[in-house]
Amino acid sequence: MSWSLLIPLAAAAYGFKVVGFVVLGRHPLHGPVEWMVELIPAALLSALVAVQTFGDGRSLTLDARAVGLAVTGVAVWRRLPFFVVIVLAAAATAITRAIAN
Amino acid sequence: MTIAPVDSPDPIPDPTRAGVVLALAVAVVGLTFGVLARSIGITVVQACAMSLLVFTGASQFAVVSVLGGGGSAWAAFGAAALLAARNTLYGPVVSRWFPPGIARRLVIAQLVIDESTGVGAAQHDATRARRGFLVTGIGIFITWNLSTLAGSLLGDEIGDPNRWGLDAVFPASFAVLLAPHLRTVRGRWAAILAAAVALVTTPLVPVGAPILLAALVVVPVAMVGGRHTEGDDPGNGDDTGNGDDTGNGADIDPGGQP
Repeated sequence: MSWSLLIPLAAAAYGFKVVGFVVLGRHPLHGPVEWMVELIPAALLSALVAVQTFGDGRSLTLDARAVGLAVTGVAVWRRLPFFVVIVLAAAATAITRAIAN
Repeated sequence: MTIAPVDSPDPIPDPTRAGVVLALAVAVVGLTFGVLARSIGITVVQACAMSLLVFTGASQFAVVSVLGGGGSAWAAFGAAALLAARNTLYGPVVSRWFPPGIARRLVIAQLVIDESTGVGAAQHDATRARRGFLVTGIGIFITWNLSTLAGSLLGDEIGDPNRWGLDAVFPASFAVLLAPHLRTVRGRWAAILAAAVALVTTPLVPVGAPILLAALVVVPVAMVGGRHTEGDDPGNGDDTGNGDDTGNGADIDPGGQP
């Protein structure tokens, strides 16, 4: 990898953060825009869970990660501690993968 | 999808503890980033520079994945930039927790990532949101960079990290942070529609773009739902009167049974 990729990428990544946080975030929000901003975490977290569980590049697959997500769902529902949820999800995924292979 | 039953409101994760747990979990992932980076010829210095300066895990893995698959630097840049673009959307969310002041904000901006925003937005009031954001953001900045260094020095001693189910760490973390948002009708709609949009568009657009397209669902959901049709949302900066972190009754929507 060359520095001519790394430096522009670092600038772009920081630029995205600054535009959102420093520029767009400068003004207080009101009305419908505030309601939309309040919903952004729910939408983005849910989309991330979906893509990281069922996505494989630009295709969709059903694999061991789905079992990990199912276990996560039960663990969250049972209100298990954060750390326990992560360990259970990883273990369920790893075990499923080991059995399937 | 992980949709918790409506009659069992999820506890809001303690901001400090959630931040520490995430920072430790991210360390394991950072280790694998360092190993993978070295395996495709990225130097130790470059791997560490990337974690310090880019500091967006998804983008960094995209670079390794594209270059490792024989892709061009342009393709790597495009994929990584598209994945980093969502941090722009987090800006206005995080901004509500911090006082104005450009200089300090330019520093804090580097910490605006999925995990820190997620922990903050799961809280009831701005003070706890700010604490959760900072503990998570600073904690991950430290562990991500140290583990990148360790992983890139270790090299290929670990084997395939997915054998240990490490690819389940992020979806599980995000599901935990998503849970408090599912207690409101609008939060549930935003989550369901966003997941649907992300999955439907995954085969159609470049990697990273489905997440951005999914964010568009907040427009119709906010317009239809309005704000005061239900209890306070988690992450609502106005709600400073409630210090307990067990869900309170006002957050349960009686008509929301699926």
